[in-house]
Amino acid sequence: MAGTHRLYVKGKHLAHQRGKRNTNPGVSLIQIEGVSSPKDAQFYFGKRVAYVYRAKKEIKGSKIRVIWGKITRSHGNSGVVRAKFRSNLPPKTFGASVRIMLYPSNI
Amino acid sequence: MSAVTKEIGGASNGGKRVIPASKASKWYQAEDIPALKKARKTARPAVLRASLKPGAVLIILAGRFRGKRVVLLKALEDGTLLVTGPFKVNGVPLRRVNAAYVIATSTVVNIDSVDVSTFTAAYFAREKKSKKEGEAEFFGDDEKKQKKAISEIRITDQKTVDTALLAEIKKVPALKAYLASSFSLKKGDKPHLMKF
Repeated sequence: MAGTHRLYVKGKHLAHQRGKRNTNPGVSLIQIEGVSSPKDAQFYFGKRVAYVYRAKKEIKGSKIRVIWGKITRSHGNSGVVRAKFRSNLPPKTFGASVRIMLYPSNI
Repeated sequence: MSAVTKEIGGASNGGKRVIPASKASKWYQAEDIPALKKARKTARPAVLRASLKPGAVLIILAGRFRGKRVVLLKALEDGTLLVTGPFKVNGVPLRRVNAAYVIATSTVVNIDSVDVSTFTAAYFAREKKSKKEGEAEFFGDDEKKQKKAISEIRITDQKTVDTALLAEIKKVPALKAYLASSFSLKKGDKPHLMKF
């Protein structure tokens, strides 16, 4: 049996897209582990992202909930990436881990 | 307007009558409905990416068999890929898989000896449940949880495909163990740099 079963790349939810004084909560900035340039980040465009979290109330048999989104484009020169989620990620998730799936795959 | 001659009964009715073949409408729209524009778009069969060659080993990324390495048999007409474990090796049966949820590796198995001509999208179509007995089904929930019996055809087809395929797999050293193993990302792995 393989030690891990991970089929996603780990990432961090850094912040909302913003200028110095105004934020756009509709777009989230994600830092993908191991990605440090826009050229590397290109592989991940269009890939689905999941923010997974736990809650006390069980819904449909599970206490684990997901907010799905996708990586839309590059952001800056250091491999950070923009993502849009079905519902915006709340600011309390800044610094939280996010899962970048390997699908839709183009390999 | 074409006319039809019809025989009619009755002694003093003249024996035949000429009737129009199609009757005029009893009812007409108050205002004319404009004719819809003709669509000039045509659906053409989708072209899959070049790495998805028959015989290629694929990694399934999502669904029940995520992480499994599997052999691609052919592309079906509905755009999905026909895939098999083989079943004895990793538990993946003859199955359809969406090409977007799959990574194609560069490993290719020779499938010239495998006959896949009988498999079409219709073979895998879901069985239609009868609409009657709705209440009985609703209250008989426990029976639904029982395992659905796999049809005999599926089992025999699986065996024929797999025996041919396994013969080819055994020729390549370590390929059987490779297909039995699962793919996962380990620490330090960077998919954007990995060569599959």
